[in-house]
Amino acid sequence: MKSTEEKGEDGRSATQLRPLSCTRSVLNRAHGSASFSQGETKILAAVYGPKAGTKKNENPEKACIEVIWKPKSGQIGKAEKEYEMILKRTLQNICILNVHPNTTTTIIIQVVNDDGSLLPCAINAACSALVDAGIPLKYLAVAISFCLAEDEYCVLDPNKLEEQCLEQGRAAIKLLSDFLRRKLWSKVQSDVSVAG
Amino acid sequence: MSTTNGSNDLSSEMEVDAFRRLFPLRFYERHLLESIRPDGRPLGRARDTTIALGAVASANGSALAKIGCTTMLAAVKLEVMTPKLESPDEGCIAIDFHMPPICSPLVRPGRPAEAAPVITKQLTDIILSSGMIDLKELSLVSGKAAWLAYLDIYCLDADGSLFDAALLSAVAAFSHLQIPVVSLNDNGRIVLISEENSGAMWEKEPVNKEKRKLKLDTLPFSLTCALHKNYILADPSAEEESIMETYLTVVLDSSLQLVSLNKPGGPGLAQTSAIQDCVALTIKRVKELQKILNEAISDMEVD
Repeated sequence: MKSTEEKGEDGRSATQLRPLSCTRSVLNRAHGSASFSQGETKILAAVYGPKAGTKKNENPEKACIEVIWKPKSGQIGKAEKEYEMILKRTLQNICILNVHPNTTTTIIIQVVNDDGSLLPCAINAACSALVDAGIPLKYLAVAISFCLAEDEYCVLDPNKLEEQCLEQGRAAIKLLSDFLRRKLWSKVQSDVSVAG
Repeated sequence: MSTTNGSNDLSSEMEVDAFRRLFPLRFYERHLLESIRPDGRPLGRARDTTIALGAVASANGSALAKIGCTTMLAAVKLEVMTPKLESPDEGCIAIDFHMPPICSPLVRPGRPAEAAPVITKQLTDIILSSGMIDLKELSLVSGKAAWLAYLDIYCLDADGSLFDAALLSAVAAFSHLQIPVVSLNDNGRIVLISEENSGAMWEKEPVNKEKRKLKLDTLPFSLTCALHKNYILADPSAEEESIMETYLTVVLDSSLQLVSLNKPGGPGLAQTSAIQDCVALTIKRVKELQKILNEAISDMEVD
């Protein structure tokens, strides 16, 4: 258990984020692409669209968003399907769906390296890739993850080791897929006191 | 704008069912203005819930849970396995959620439901992290044998709030679970002792004396609420879920501690006050569900 002043293994305090970096237009043939990294976690997102036609059960009066999540290694399993669902619903919120009805925009997420905080990094990467593709957005999405340890102690932006070690070997990771304002820490504190 | 004028003209002449199909959002909003839903429920009330334990006789523990029309059948089967090296005195739980084509017209054999793997993963996370089952209870012989519990949940009718019904049926199945009596035979393997042989002599003592139930610490219960503008609808049906695409799932345990709060995106945004209201609705629901589950358990014991 660390207090707010102590540093973790990589020299970060509890409220410090890992170094962020974002590069756009990394892929030539995709309509939009971005590579987003938080510390060692790196995600590549590519956007293809809008393409004509929607899938069978989708509403033809709105644009349809499709997300494909490719893990770094292994087959596609349940975790990948859950990430696809969360990402799809989040991006449906930020995209203006009425501008291009009856079209499909496909976002492909490729995990290049997994060192914790995978889903927030993917949300940030997907948002940057959509901006790069010129898809009309209402606002930008920002995501962060934090770990809640037993004594209600928060650690922002955990890496893989912190995710696994905190709280009895199974970290309680709360992913904020809402929209965070600038003052991340104060909002996090008020939410934790409400939820706890 | 011409369509809205057209619908205003049509709505006075149209039948209720046609209006419900053609303009579902307006149909619901008219009801929400009166703080009621088309099936007569007030906004904060969940549908009638029933639990029947022991639905599958061949399983070690089973339950059939119904929330309104949503029906889930859960069954737990126990198998002996060698425990992992890192945790030699802990058993294991494998959870799987199936949505066979019977449950909904949108699911066909070649078109598996998108919700199924997502709900499986959410159930696994919640059941393992809520501390309901202490894995050490599933141990038989430290380092050599432990129980592997296969929990299978089949959705028989998908009418909204699938996760709530699945979690309820899983919790009920584990409450009903009875661990069979086993003993170690000469080859060092675990064998089941059936009732007929209980009088015979065994070289070694049975590993566990009698059929026992699992000691469950706290039971997690959940409530899904649909969020639409300023309205919060508890326990949405499938029609409501497809119209108001934003929903929030809160899972609390028996001591009303928060286990999980899940809002997977969606067109609407949730304010802090909406989240607090949802948690308050969940607290009421947890008390209802605890009562229903205790009644079902005591009915079983009387038999």
